[in-house]
Amino acid sequence: MPDTMLALVLHLEDVLIVGAALFAIGLYIALSKRNAIGVLMGVELMLNAVNVTLLAFARFVESDQPLDGHVFAVFVITVAAAEAAVALALAVAIYKHRETVNIDELDLLRW
Amino acid sequence: MIEDNGIVIAFWILAATTIACALMTAAVRELVQAVLFLALTFVGAAGMYIVLSADFVAVVQILIYAGAVSVLMTFAVMLTPAADRKNSETAFQMPALMLAGLILAVLVFVSLDTDWPIDADRTAFSATAASLGEAFLKPYVVPFEVASVLLMTAMIGAIVLTREEDGDA
Repeated sequence: MPDTMLALVLHLEDVLIVGAALFAIGLYIALSKRNAIGVLMGVELMLNAVNVTLLAFARFVESDQPLDGHVFAVFVITVAAAEAAVALALAVAIYKHRETVNIDELDLLRW
Repeated sequence: MIEDNGIVIAFWILAATTIACALMTAAVRELVQAVLFLALTFVGAAGMYIVLSADFVAVVQILIYAGAVSVLMTFAVMLTPAADRKNSETAFQMPALMLAGLILAVLVFVSLDTDWPIDADRTAFSATAASLGEAFLKPYVVPFEVASVLLMTAMIGAIVLTREEDGDA
């Protein structure tokens, strides 16, 4: 192959940094948003970032059973789906009583 | 390492799209728009899974995240009509920004500083669905069943939480 040809390489670190960026954005959303549904969106984004990282490790790192990372990613997706269902049901239930889902107005447990 | 030019370019386009959509999720002022950008983020992440040759997980991602979770979130927004639809921030915005920046810096440092045990000869996986099914029903059968119970508990919990109280059923 001549030297002038473009030879791009994707390293594990590149994918890890993309995953870290997604995780940081998700963390910012989860910690800063006023609406409970917005907070949940941040949590889902963080779980997605973790999946990107898991699949990157499965693809690049040496292992006897490289598909274990995929298994773990599927479990993460399962738990995330359960968590989304319960959390959104909670948001709707709270809305029925309080007419709001803003987390800074839901301070019933604050001392 | 992935050395195919097309795949590497595809990864960076997908990564840029995903991160841009994630930033838009944080930045837009309408909650419904934020949900739509989040759905795009999920699709972009599914594209990255395909680049990492995780075909089954990518399809699951499209089905569950881009399909079900996005619709669920849209429903939750629509079912809370009198609530504030602004995608606004609490007083914790600046601490959250600083903490997220700090976490990002630490994660990037750890990613670059660690000497990962890279398998240089690893090629892309061929179709993973069959081997994943085998993994779920042989070594991972107990976690698999626990996940089933968890999903059913979550489903019952969601129904109990949202049903009308005055019904005598």
